[in-house]
Amino acid sequence: MYQYDQFDHLIIRERIAQYRDQVRRRLADELTEAEFLPLRLQNGLYMQRHAYMLRIAVPYGLLASKQMRMFAHIARKYDRGYGHFTTRQNIQFNWIELEQTPDILTDLASVEMHAIQTSGNCIRNTTSDPYAGVAADEIIDPRPYAEVLRQWSTFHPEFIALPRKFKVAINGAVEDRAAIAIHDIGLTVVRNDAGEIGFKFMAGGGMGRTPIIGSVIREFLPWQHLLTYTEAVMRVYNQHGRRDNKYKARIKILLKALGVEEFTRQVEAEWADLKDGPETLTVEEMQRVIDYFQPPAYKTLEDTDVVAAQAGNKAFANWVNRNVKPHKVPGYAAVVLSLKKTGVPPGDATAEQMDFMADLADRYSFGELRVTHEQNVVLADVEQSQLFALWQEAKAHGLATPNIGLLNDMICCPGGDFCSLANAKSIPIAAAIAERFDNLDFQHDIGEIELNISGCINACGHHHVGNIGVLGVDKDGSEWYQVSIGGAQGNNAAIGKIIGPSFSALQMPEVIDRLLQVYLRDRFEGETFAECVARIGIAPFKEFVYATPIAEKGGRLVGEDEYV
Amino acid sequence: MSKHLIIKGREVVEDDWQVLRLAEPVEGAPAHDPATVAVPAGKFIVPLSLWLVQREVLAARTAAGEIAVWIAPDERPETLKGLLDQFPLIAVDFPKFTDGRGYSIAYNLRTRLGWTGELRAIGDVLRDQLFSMQRVGFNAYAVRADRDPHDALKGLSDFSETYQASVDQKVPLFRRHARPAPVAANNDGAGI
Repeated sequence: MYQYDQFDHLIIRERIAQYRDQVRRRLADELTEAEFLPLRLQNGLYMQRHAYMLRIAVPYGLLASKQMRMFAHIARKYDRGYGHFTTRQNIQFNWIELEQTPDILTDLASVEMHAIQTSGNCIRNTTSDPYAGVAADEIIDPRPYAEVLRQWSTFHPEFIALPRKFKVAINGAVEDRAAIAIHDIGLTVVRNDAGEIGFKFMAGGGMGRTPIIGSVIREFLPWQHLLTYTEAVMRVYNQHGRRDNKYKARIKILLKALGVEEFTRQVEAEWADLKDGPETLTVEEMQRVIDYFQPPAYKTLEDTDVVAAQAGNKAFANWVNRNVKPHKVPGYAAVVLSLKKTGVPPGDATAEQMDFMADLADRYSFGELRVTHEQNVVLADVEQSQLFALWQEAKAHGLATPNIGLLNDMICCPGGDFCSLANAKSIPIAAAIAERFDNLDFQHDIGEIELNISGCINACGHHHVGNIGVLGVDKDGSEWYQVSIGGAQGNNAAIGKIIGPSFSALQMPEVIDRLLQVYLRDRFEGETFAECVARIGIAPFKEFVYATPIAEKGGRLVGEDEYV
Repeated sequence: MSKHLIIKGREVVEDDWQVLRLAEPVEGAPAHDPATVAVPAGKFIVPLSLWLVQREVLAARTAAGEIAVWIAPDERPETLKGLLDQFPLIAVDFPKFTDGRGYSIAYNLRTRLGWTGELRAIGDVLRDQLFSMQRVGFNAYAVRADRDPHDALKGLSDFSETYQASVDQKVPLFRRHARPAPVAANNDGAGI
């Protein structure tokens, strides 16, 4: 993985000094809260309901074991013993004191980490495929390009006060595992007919109040031009993106307003001037960065049938079936450590689990881990012969729930329990659903399904692209939940459709149950929930869910029927 | 004539330019109309829109070096193409420090329009934005009146190195330095 050189270290050191002084001036009232707000946000520090939340950048989701141990240290020393992995492959801590944040940054810098631009109206952490470098369907490893983008965007002087936040995702495989279509810029590394490397360049995707799938603005951008072309997009957006309404300020709204053709014309006109300029990437620079992402020293092994070797062990077979992913090198596999154990908020991990995951990485996976945007952790380079031993250890620490890709592998934002933006709680909804469908045999029968929950329209829980999406809404001070189906991420990204009036929290498990009943009734053999919805449409689901009232325990009607 | 302190280059100096804002009523003329607002005597930085409609009226004073223009976030610096040479300085207004359009205006003035004279940030100009302002080509800063320009000056030296190219440094880090190749992975000294 990438390692800091003296320049990276210098910039981070100077950043900490700058931020430490900003905090000092805020505490001395030399800076007003309004002036301090964008400064702390660009350092990932949010004011939440109860305390400050600090979001730390995990560039493209890749972590060294010592960095994971640092998270455990921060959880213990500055927080309440746990952290929350986010849908943007970062980690956040929910109980932070402002006065301590400069020291946290100093601790982070000792393991080459920071919190720069993890929030605020600037270019955020670039996200990528958690299986980058090991996926069998990979065309090109996207991580070196993500690192180049990280450096270029860090403190870019012209783009620190954009109309709104700006998120870039990059994928380098046949299957899109980076959800590129719902990002402000979504890049796919491709080869052209001549075998040259470049990017299919999408822009204008996003979620929030107006979910929009991104548009391709360039089919093939040679890799040398990655930074200059991105700069052109940024300059068009910085000058022309709306600033009068924060809900209309993302690049997706500008792109829609101008139309893809006109937007692209403006970008190309801007780029004409930048093309082949000093920010054009050189072979030497790209090779230097690529050299940091060389494969580890794999042994020469052969693929084995690990399940057959443990014949009769159904629990292990289930885990292999769900949590073990193919690897391009024979004899190896990628393992997903599930942070979706029933009873634990999705994406949460304790300090002990973090230390333990770091140990597993050191012993089983060349000392590296990856955070997925589904809020799990991946050990990407495990020998197949070690899977059984790894499973036993992970199981003992609550990290081997065999539910990856299943109903209980939900994406869920922190919601109203923590977040001051939220309209409604999301973690208790996830918990109630998880409890209702805790039966793994049932989950395996349902198969692949993405259930995504957001506590408000900002859509941190990616509800728009969930096969089932749940959105917390506020009506006259009470919390309600709007349900959509038919969303999808990946190559066939789609925005879900709302099935009808909202539900109360207590109704939600039954609503999910009814949706699943329709699927079980109408599915063809081998058809996933998403495929079934795509085939039969939302009408049968809607009809069944609303056919009879959903009563709370004790028979009282709840939900909008009652609320009227 | 009133004098106040601004930052020029890396020094705090006295300055006698005044900024004319249309929203501020001027005696004897209806406010907000750039065509009829009279520019009082003295050295004035006037709105671009005003100068464009009154350029004939102001021609003599412009030639005498008493008139400069300021550009608002929603105005295009290209409007001044071919006209820049007559101004002793160009200013860019930041009505709120969170509005970043002025950075792109500065970039365009320097790199596309070739402005090499004084480029002054006016408005909500604060210490923590000065480093970025300097990078995109500003070289003078009229710090907000309630703030000490001597304190703000410190903002210009927050960083001694930067990754990307901009106006102040036209060559990105990767072209300026031979950056080291990876060394063998080192997981010792986990830094805790």
